[in-house]
Order: sequence, then C-alpha cells, then structure tokens
Amino acid sequence: MAKRWLEISVGALLVAGVVALLALALQVSGSHLNGADGHYRLSALFDNTAGLSTKARVTLSGVTVGEVIAVSIDSQTLMAKVDMHIDSQVDYLTLDTNASILTAGLLGEKYVGLSVGAEEEMLVDGDVIEDTQSALVLEELIGQVLLDLGKN
Amino acid sequence: MLLDSLRRLGEMVLGRLLAIGAALLMLLQSLQVLPGPKGWQRLTQQLYVVGVQSVLIILVSAAFIGMVLGLQGYTLLKDYASEQAVGQMVALTLVRELAPVVAALLFAGRAGSALTAELGLMKTTEQLASLEMFGVDPLHRIVAPRFIAGVIALPILVVIFDLVGVYGGHLVAVDWLGVHSGAYWGNMQAAVSFSDDVLNGLIKALVFAVLVTWTALYQGYMCVPTSQGISEATTRTVVYSSLMILGFDFILTALMFGGL
Repeated sequence: MAKRWLEISVGALLVAGVVALLALALQVSGSHLNGADGHYRLSALFDNTAGLSTKARVTLSGVTVGEVIAVSIDSQTLMAKVDMHIDSQVDYLTLDTNASILTAGLLGEKYVGLSVGAEEEMLVDGDVIEDTQSALVLEELIGQVLLDLGKN
Repeated sequence: MLLDSLRRLGEMVLGRLLAIGAALLMLLQSLQVLPGPKGWQRLTQQLYVVGVQSVLIILVSAAFIGMVLGLQGYTLLKDYASEQAVGQMVALTLVRELAPVVAALLFAGRAGSALTAELGLMKTTEQLASLEMFGVDPLHRIVAPRFIAGVIALPILVVIFDLVGVYGGHLVAVDWLGVHSGAYWGNMQAAVSFSDDVLNGLIKALVFAVLVTWTALYQGYMCVPTSQGISEATTRTVVYSSLMILGFDFILTALMFGGL
C-alpha cells in the first residue's frame, strides 16, 4: 500500500511538471497552440524610429498582429526601414494602411501601430507601407514647446 | 623555497584533476548499463525521495519569492508610473534567473546533502562493500538511479517554481496593490518568449541538476568512512554545489542572454 502511494505521488509530480510547463507556455509566455501559422512580410520607411527594436509588437487597433523582425537604414532614401512579420490570417490591410511608431506609456516600449485605410486592394508579401508617421521624440517635442513659449 | 611552493601548487592541481577524473569515471561507469525492470522501480523510489519530498520547500519558497518580487517591482516601478510592467519583471526575473538558481540551491541543501549522507553511511557501514561481495555493482545499483532521479526531478521542480512564483507576484501586485490584471499578464506575455526565456531557464536547471546530483553522489561515495568523514562530505556537497551553481549560472547567463 505504501508503495502504491509512493508511485502515485511520483506520477503526480511528473504530471504537475508537464502541466506547469504547458501553463508557462500559454499563460506566461503567451504562445498559442496554433502558433505554427504562417506570416507575411511588410516593410515601412520612417524618418525616425526613436529606438524601435526587433521583436517589438505590431498592432492593429491595439491588438498584436505581428512583430518587427529588422530595423535598418535604407541606403537610397537614408530613412529607417522597418521589416515586419504580419500573421497571415490578417489579410485585410489595405494598400493605403498607415503605420506609426507609438510608445506604450511615457517610458514604455516602442511599437508599430497600423490603421487600415479605404483602398480596395490589399497589401501582400513584400509590399512597402507608404503612409508612415514617425515616432514622437520627447526632446524634439519639448524643444518645440519651448520655441512656441518664446514666441508668445 | 620556491621549488617547494611550486610542488605544492602542482600537487594541488593534480589532486583536483584526479578527483574530477574519478568523478567522471564513476558517472560513466554507473550509467553505462541500461536499467532493467527492477531499475525503473528503484528510479521511482528515488524520484520520490529527491523529487516529491522537495516539492513543499519549493512551493513555499517560490510563493514567497514571487510575492517579494511583486512587492519590490511595484514600489520600484511606481516611481516611473509604469507599475503595469511588474508582471514582465516578475516573470523574466523568475524564469531566467531566480527559479533555476534558488531551486537548485534548495535542492542542494534538501536532496544533495541527504544523498551524500545516505551514501556515506552506506560506505561507512560497509553496505557498498558487501554489495560488491554479492557481485552487485554498487555504482549501477545505488548511484545510477539516484543520479537519473536528480536530473529528472530538478527541472520539474524549476518549472513548478516558475509558475508558483508568477502567481505569487500576481497575488501581491494585482490582488493587493491593484495593478490591472490584464496589464500584468499582457506585459508578461509580450516580454517572455518560450524558446528564449523558459527553455533557457530549463537548460540552466538541467545543468544545475547534473552538477548538484553528481557532486552529492561523488562526495558520498568517496567520503572518509567515519562519522566525521560523513559530516565533512555533507558539508562539502552543499558548499561545492552552491559555488558551482552560482559560477555556472554566470557562465550560462553570459552565453544565453549576454550576447557572447
């Protein structure tokens, strides 16, 4: 009888380990069971990314729909080129979709916010988003305010 | 004079190398035979001793460490009005660093010392020698199931530690201090990556498990067969394991997260 309980408790420990690992995957690291779904690639040119980093979120109406995979300088326009992976089930981004770099809270991380336009045609793999809005840089903003105050 | 101190240095290094070689040989010899049906029973028995019996101390310390992280993170982040990030801080601290290290230190104190004392007493009372007289290999019979059980048990304990700690942080930050629950989980899920953070934490746990169990078994197997010898071996197990855990933790962190 004692041996039976010993074996049951060891089995329970192993099950608890597997359950905890699953919970870590789903609840803590937010992976999804259908996470093997594909994605397509978009890029966008910004004047200033203000330190946007790879793996930053790409959101549509506040919902995460992809992530930034590379930030580089476009050698022709000398603008910042941001490459993104968008989940393939998000296939309703119109050609005139607007991309802007936003900040979560005052000091939070930078992310890309998309908002859909009114065109009929959709963006497909490899397209470039034309309509972009750069990050608000706090220092520039303060400089502007001080300049305006000086004028008054 | 100079030659004498040189000789002492060489003697010390050679002694250490010899000990490492002996420990390696002991491990290889004990693992070279696959366990038979009886072996699985012994493994279950040992999993109970090193695993199940360590669950309580792991649960309690994980809950308290999670709660302290929640509290410290909240008071620290509140100054920057970003207390929503407390979930991210608690989870990353636990998964990457605290859970493997603290669980391994507790494991060394709880299970490692017990293994050393058990093996030391077996040696002192000549149980190991009499096993050999019966033609039973004590490495295969005694050491192997304990080693495998330790290597299986610690990663499981670390996963449980992770999860309980995160909920401990939730209890303090969300239920008591009023951080928004969605922000707690949302920031955490955005920041923690399963492959980079959780799995790397588990690799750490696996390395620590090998180090602790191996040290404990070697110290017990090689102890001086007197009561004082057992006590010294047990102390050495805890001290060496703890130092190795902390040292290897730095190396592993540098390799995994430090971009080396």
